[in-house]
Amino acid sequence: MSNGELRLPTGGRIDRAQPLRFIFDGAGYSGYAGDTLASALLANGVRLVGRSFKYHRPRGILSAGAEEPNALVELGNGARREPNLRATQIELHDGLVASSQNRWPSLDLDIGAINNLASRLLPSGFYYKTFMWPPSFWHFYEHFIRRAAGMGRAATEPDPDRYDHRYEHCDVLVVGAGPAGIAAALAAGRSGARVVLCDEQQEMGGDLLASMALIDGAPAADWVARALGELGALPEVRLLPRATAFGYYDHNAVAIVERVADHLARPGPGLPRQCVWHVRARRVVLATGAIERPLVFRDNDRPGVMLANAARVYLRRYAVACGRRAVLFTNNDAAYGAALDLRAGGMDIAAIVDLRADPKGQRTEAARAQGLRVLAGRAVIGVQGSKAVSGVEVARLQDDASAAILDREQIACDTVLMSGGWTPTIHLFSQSGGKLRFDTETAAFVPDRATQALRSAGACNGATRLSDCLAQGAAAGAAAAQDAGFAAAAPPLPELDPDLDEAPMRHLWVVPSDAPVGHKGKHFVDFQNDVTAADIRLASREGYRSVEHLKRYTTTGMGTDQGKTSNVAALAILAEATNASIPQVGTTTFRPPYTPVTMGALTGRTVGPLLEPARWTPIHRWHVRTGAVFENTGQWQRARYYPMAGEDMHAAVEREVRAARNLVGLFDASTLGKIDVKGPDSARFLDLVYTNSWSKLAIGRSRYGLMLRDDGYIYDDGVTTRLGPEHFLVSTTSGNAAPVLSFMEDLLQTEWPHLKVRLTSVTEQFAVVTLSGPMARRLLAELTRDIDLSPQAFPFMTLRAGTVAGIPVRVFRVSFTGDLSFEIQARASHGLALWHACLAVGEKYGITPYGLEAMHVLRAEKGYIIVGQETDGTATPDDLGMGAMVAHAKPDFIGKRGLKRAELLRPERKQLVGLRLADGEHKPLPEGAHLVNDPGLPPPMPMLGHVTSSYYSPTVGAPIALAMIKNGRARMGEELYAPLPDRVVRARVVAPCFFDPEGKRLHG
Amino acid sequence: MDSKGMADAIPRLGALDHLGLAARAHGEKGAAGVRLAERRFLAKLNLRGDPNDHGFMGAVASVLDGFEPRIIPNTAVHTGRFDLLWLGPDEWLVVAADGAEAELEARLTAAVAPHGGTVTDVSESRTTIVVSGPNARDVLAKGCPLDLHPRAFAAGACAQSLVAKVGVILHRTDTAAPGEPARFELHALRSFADYLWRFLDDAGQEYGVTVMEG
Repeated sequence: MSNGELRLPTGGRIDRAQPLRFIFDGAGYSGYAGDTLASALLANGVRLVGRSFKYHRPRGILSAGAEEPNALVELGNGARREPNLRATQIELHDGLVASSQNRWPSLDLDIGAINNLASRLLPSGFYYKTFMWPPSFWHFYEHFIRRAAGMGRAATEPDPDRYDHRYEHCDVLVVGAGPAGIAAALAAGRSGARVVLCDEQQEMGGDLLASMALIDGAPAADWVARALGELGALPEVRLLPRATAFGYYDHNAVAIVERVADHLARPGPGLPRQCVWHVRARRVVLATGAIERPLVFRDNDRPGVMLANAARVYLRRYAVACGRRAVLFTNNDAAYGAALDLRAGGMDIAAIVDLRADPKGQRTEAARAQGLRVLAGRAVIGVQGSKAVSGVEVARLQDDASAAILDREQIACDTVLMSGGWTPTIHLFSQSGGKLRFDTETAAFVPDRATQALRSAGACNGATRLSDCLAQGAAAGAAAAQDAGFAAAAPPLPELDPDLDEAPMRHLWVVPSDAPVGHKGKHFVDFQNDVTAADIRLASREGYRSVEHLKRYTTTGMGTDQGKTSNVAALAILAEATNASIPQVGTTTFRPPYTPVTMGALTGRTVGPLLEPARWTPIHRWHVRTGAVFENTGQWQRARYYPMAGEDMHAAVEREVRAARNLVGLFDASTLGKIDVKGPDSARFLDLVYTNSWSKLAIGRSRYGLMLRDDGYIYDDGVTTRLGPEHFLVSTTSGNAAPVLSFMEDLLQTEWPHLKVRLTSVTEQFAVVTLSGPMARRLLAELTRDIDLSPQAFPFMTLRAGTVAGIPVRVFRVSFTGDLSFEIQARASHGLALWHACLAVGEKYGITPYGLEAMHVLRAEKGYIIVGQETDGTATPDDLGMGAMVAHAKPDFIGKRGLKRAELLRPERKQLVGLRLADGEHKPLPEGAHLVNDPGLPPPMPMLGHVTSSYYSPTVGAPIALAMIKNGRARMGEELYAPLPDRVVRARVVAPCFFDPEGKRLHG
Repeated sequence: MDSKGMADAIPRLGALDHLGLAARAHGEKGAAGVRLAERRFLAKLNLRGDPNDHGFMGAVASVLDGFEPRIIPNTAVHTGRFDLLWLGPDEWLVVAADGAEAELEARLTAAVAPHGGTVTDVSESRTTIVVSGPNARDVLAKGCPLDLHPRAFAAGACAQSLVAKVGVILHRTDTAAPGEPARFELHALRSFADYLWRFLDDAGQEYGVTVMEG
């Protein structure tokens, strides 16, 4: 067929003034603005658009919507390549590039199609039966199976597009802009309620856009245009086309993905490609429509076999005839309407094959009256043609419907249009927790009891007539707005064509033919996952009687389409096979997303530099300019070390440690958590949250504290200073600042509300600059005139306020290095100036900035612990040699009772010790290394403990380590062994302090 | 020179100084949908006290131009010189001009301490990013889960919430006068300010972003 041959000369909602070029599988085609990729391909006579998942059968376009199981394509290329997109939902734009999937080397000649010839060897559960033995071979098989079970290929490069998220709140969310949805939005919107109306299609209107019905005496599409115009003019109504509601969560939270720029050939600057809307709605109206069901007959998957209503949609909306000559195959009246519409549009309807013996509805009569050939009580028993339909074979059904052999007739056609009734789109209703009811007459699950504040209206609620859809929508929209507090009323129904009487459907879930099902062809149930009626019956015979098991065993309904066209038929076939009713079989769970959502959309803009906040100290810029190497601690970025030219980390850290020990080091301690504690009960409160005593701490003095959890294990530590009679400043570990504040606040609000204490985080109020080392005092003396720095006037663990370099500061004589240290707190905005002042004056003293790594070495040399490094959530104060810090005499404190648990009093608990390595060992032990008594024993050998901190100590001139060792304090001098992958290291247990054990430097 | 005079001469570093916003503010023109600005160094005091204690409420009013703290959750009062934001049943944030904090802290403390109130200077903890313009709500909706519609978040409303991954104190500061675009002040912790600014700048691109003077 040549290009454009099947495009009708007039009609449709396409813009013929805007022709578009596109490429499919390397060939150039043209379409029009308003086309989908599917409609444009059909207009160009392209029938074969994909190969099936398992058997690589040639497949064509089945539907015109979200349910499409066959026409899955790859869009774009390179970093923008996106697989498994439904051609029926891709809006055409100029320059669009698409390709078919799951074929090699080409769509026309596909090697994998040999699976079809070998299909007798690929029954349901084939992989489970074949590749599970020997078990160890699965990894070998998997590689080939994954490749053979080909879906599309994902891009491997980073996604260059921008994605967005957005929160939205409304009184009424209406999902679906067909007749029911528009009526609901009108009823709610006119009341002044905040309304969001979203629809997955590029154009709102749903089935009305393809309908020949008259509303108020004019074409239905005119009514849609008028309604949308009115809605668009209402200030509190938001219309969201191209927006799929894909997830329904608790408390009426609905997630919607909007395709903002996918349809644009050249998106505007700053425009996201897609946006996920997080909508919180007081009330929701679901008007999600219904999906036509295929019939399950032999070789019902040939390209050219389509849903009847889809053909009508292509004809009316896109002015595309899906073929020249069609056979309709139906079990209901609705298909007659489609047949009449198609015929009016110029398609040749060869015959209507009706499973019902005596169809009698008004539409049936109308079709007969117009001379359409109706073959009642008959079935399509086979489809001719492989890559395109060339005809069908029709035969009369036997009375018991067990076979159709007699009165055979060949009918030439290029299109088979099937209609098996309608399945209400209940996905979101079901996701919301709503209970379903099976309607026997229409053989469909419909909404029953809602568990959230929602209503269903229209076809998704089981309605089949336009009048019912409009009435239900208007009523639901008005009621929803009323619930949200607005005076809404359902508008009167517009004038409509009289409703037609409809005859009942005939449910024949597997259409018989001249051979048993599974022979001479395939009866497909799930097109996407290549599941046939025979597969389901086989699974049932093998004992898979629960629908959940059946689903997983056969994979029916487990494709990206989630079985939108196949679920009811699969359930019905299982029910027949197990002699149960469909409600007894039940249905599987509907889970988000309704249709696939890109990872990009789910991620939003939290990628690249916006992935996670990087918290910077007020001195950060200097660290960056000096070439510091950074380390993330929580969200903080902290300088790890400052390498000079030619230095590696080891060299830089060694230099920094030596300078801090021998001269003076400068450290940015701004990230330390700081909590301001005020109120008359502050000391009582601290007595309760720390193990030690605070009531008698003098003003201007500091004390180190340990904080436990209820279970007696260490939670946090830090120095607290008394600033006034009812005023303390607590410091916490950097990473634990926020949790400790929450912990304390929680205790105040729930356990001790009688205590008058106020907590305020002041972590970021202050920059903290630490001077540490023998020269610290002389240096600082040059910068301050109002603080007496002498040891007598300013002893260890005290506080002085004054100025340093003219900057108002508090100076704390505390130390985390074991050396003489001054921690200087200034307002955050003064931090950098203070830092610069220290550097400038410190030059002659050899001042050296040191980073986190050197700080770790310095504190480990002194044996100071880090919560989270020496402790792992199971360490007690006594384990760390700090038992004396527990004031057992206090009436109560958090963890007091926990400390009395037998486990915590058990002998042989791990205790903090130091380790010195055997002579000649220059490499520090790896942190986490286990220590044993006898490395000669066969593993698993009894383990005594593990290394918690390990560094090369420039001060000692050898590697040192801290370790938690069973009964460690009783093992001083013992030799232990650390069995490493490449060698065994001998280590001697020593006291956990390698520098100035008498504390002369600290107090000097 | 006394110590205060010396301190005034010390260069201060704002949380967003590295972005060179002042230069951008002069260079960018046009009617962008989103206007961003930083108000550096506003005085901010955390005020705690018992709202049922008339003495406390009166003490606050005696310092803050006669205005008592709001007891209606998530509302703020503007006194002309001060903003007083409700943060919790016994907690408020006082916002005032740069430099006012020391004197204000002293006066407020003196007034409320006899009634069990406390005051803590948190001026340096947070900086203030101003989001205004016709698309101010749109850009905030991309990161803030709160309903900022005028019906739900009236002029003068305030709340503690998230924008992107950053905890903020959000304050609607426009007066809802006809034609006046929405204006929000976001008080964010200093260390998060860079992330928050870059998020807003990026999220605002589809509407156009202009940097304004603080």
